[in-house]
Amino acid sequence: MTQLPGLVAVVLVSLATLAIGSWGLRVSRTTSDFFVASRTVRPGLNASAIGGEYLSAASFLGVAGLLLTFGAEMLWYPIGWTAGYLVLLVLVAAPLRRSGAYTLPDFAEARLDSRRVRHVCSVLVVAIGWLYLLPQFEGAGLTLAAALDAPRWVGPVVVGLVVLVSVGSGGMRSITFVQAFQYWLKLTALLVPAAVLLVVWAGDRVSGPSATAADWSVPLGDGGAQGLYTTYSLVLATFLGTMGLPHVVVRFYTNPDGRAARRTTLAVLALLGVFYLLPPVYAALGRAYGAEPAASDSLVLELPRLVVPGLVGEVLTGMVTAGAFAAFLSTSSGLAIAVSGVLTQDVTSKRLPDLTAFRVATVVAVAVPLTAALLLPDFGVARAVGLAFAVAASTFCPLLVLGIWWRGLTAAGAVAGLLVGGAGSVAAVGWTLADGSSGWGDGWVDVVVGQPAAWSVPLAFAAMVLVSRATASRAPAHALRFMVRLHTPETVDLDRS
Amino acid sequence: MTEQGSPRRVRVTGPDRRARPIPRTGDIDEASPLGGVYLGSLLREQLWLAARVLGLLTVTVGGLPLLFFLAPGLDDVRVAGVPVAWLVLGVLVYPWLVLLGWHYVRRAERNERDFAELMGEVER
Repeated sequence: MTQLPGLVAVVLVSLATLAIGSWGLRVSRTTSDFFVASRTVRPGLNASAIGGEYLSAASFLGVAGLLLTFGAEMLWYPIGWTAGYLVLLVLVAAPLRRSGAYTLPDFAEARLDSRRVRHVCSVLVVAIGWLYLLPQFEGAGLTLAAALDAPRWVGPVVVGLVVLVSVGSGGMRSITFVQAFQYWLKLTALLVPAAVLLVVWAGDRVSGPSATAADWSVPLGDGGAQGLYTTYSLVLATFLGTMGLPHVVVRFYTNPDGRAARRTTLAVLALLGVFYLLPPVYAALGRAYGAEPAASDSLVLELPRLVVPGLVGEVLTGMVTAGAFAAFLSTSSGLAIAVSGVLTQDVTSKRLPDLTAFRVATVVAVAVPLTAALLLPDFGVARAVGLAFAVAASTFCPLLVLGIWWRGLTAAGAVAGLLVGGAGSVAAVGWTLADGSSGWGDGWVDVVVGQPAAWSVPLAFAAMVLVSRATASRAPAHALRFMVRLHTPETVDLDRS
Repeated sequence: MTEQGSPRRVRVTGPDRRARPIPRTGDIDEASPLGGVYLGSLLREQLWLAARVLGLLTVTVGGLPLLFFLAPGLDDVRVAGVPVAWLVLGVLVYPWLVLLGWHYVRRAERNERDFAELMGEVER
């Protein structure tokens, strides 16, 4: 009986997603529709879609649980995930749109006139995309196991199938509507239960979330200077990593022009800010009611039943389950689009007609991380997301920032930076995942290797600049012309060929 | 951008006889030294603006961990019963980020308008 609201919620969200997706199918006809919704998405709708796509399981379930367990130091995750959009707005948004490219590899190739850079970027997009898809599928398995007592493989398979159908049939145009819908669904699914629970809490006269553990209100990691390093490295990875996430970047090409791209980003900042006010409410209420969830990720799912037992609690649980499921679906869809876009352009379109190529690429983009999620059910959800951010910050962030603002970037410099940043961050976190502790240097080695962004990002920037300087004679001849296109407002009538 | 639907009604008129400024975009299209100067001025303006906004972000939000590290007494400060860390990091940061972004968008659009006017085009 207790599984009924959750089951209803999951079925409803899946049906709504498929219905909106198939409605979008009727208005999607061309390849341009599939990849960039023919570049006609207005800022309001596009911002909702970006918000819907971006707020993954980590935001919907993970943050509240981490806050309950570790306290205020975890507030840096939502702050970084939001501030990343400010950095993106300031450095990247409008020029990226004006570059007129479909994907990150397209941008790199157009800017640097090099197939080699393009291939390195394509590999990185697929790697980051799959790294980020894996925890979405695993989170779905955990959620359905908690809400419905389903076996762990059910969640990944259901999410994978729904994503496959909605992305493969409608492409970017239909997914825009699906994701805009899912932002508002997620916000409602977190806001309404939070409001009800707060009213109940005010009536219950339970004591406030008093900080019984002294450091619950310390916004720093443990261990003095090591905590400070960890916090700053996390801040750097999230502030700079957002612009390098493939599913975020691909949405910017759907704006009509550079100005709209900026306004979209500003709206995203506001939408994320509103959403991230809610997880601390769940954490505080969880503390006030002494919640001790089995896994910290399930706090949001278990809190309603704990505070209001009975029918109301069941209905509220159904709501948050719906929101969580929407979170898996929308983030996975966005990542599947981004990965399959790159696979289509670089692999399948050489052998197959346009739409078939996109659909085959989508199947591959979903099947690989799905298989990995089924084979490795305990990969560590939060770690994989952190790795994705660190890798994106150490590779695509320097490429975008230098490519947009510095005429002197060369193809050799870009490849050097991508390899140094990518290898450094992947090796560091891979080491941590595999081993976890060396015990060298009072634990400093583990801390520095465990949060690589603070050194891998500057290293990647340095490699790009130094190697570009050394190969300055091979700077692409059209660099100035390309920068003109990136920075000139559309109202100025230029030759934009 | 409005390709769908029926074509828009267009009023047919004779050629515009008023003197029209000659657009200076040719210099930019041909990547002449003068074009480089025009673009350089826009690029510097926008980069300087970006640096100012990012600097503000670094000092305010980026300074918070250091502040709490150097002044551990702040952990116990409460405003209306809420620990100040939760208030600042959980609530106040977000309107501040939106304000910074809003400021940036306004100034960036103004820079672009100035540039468009310099190019001899009036904004549509």
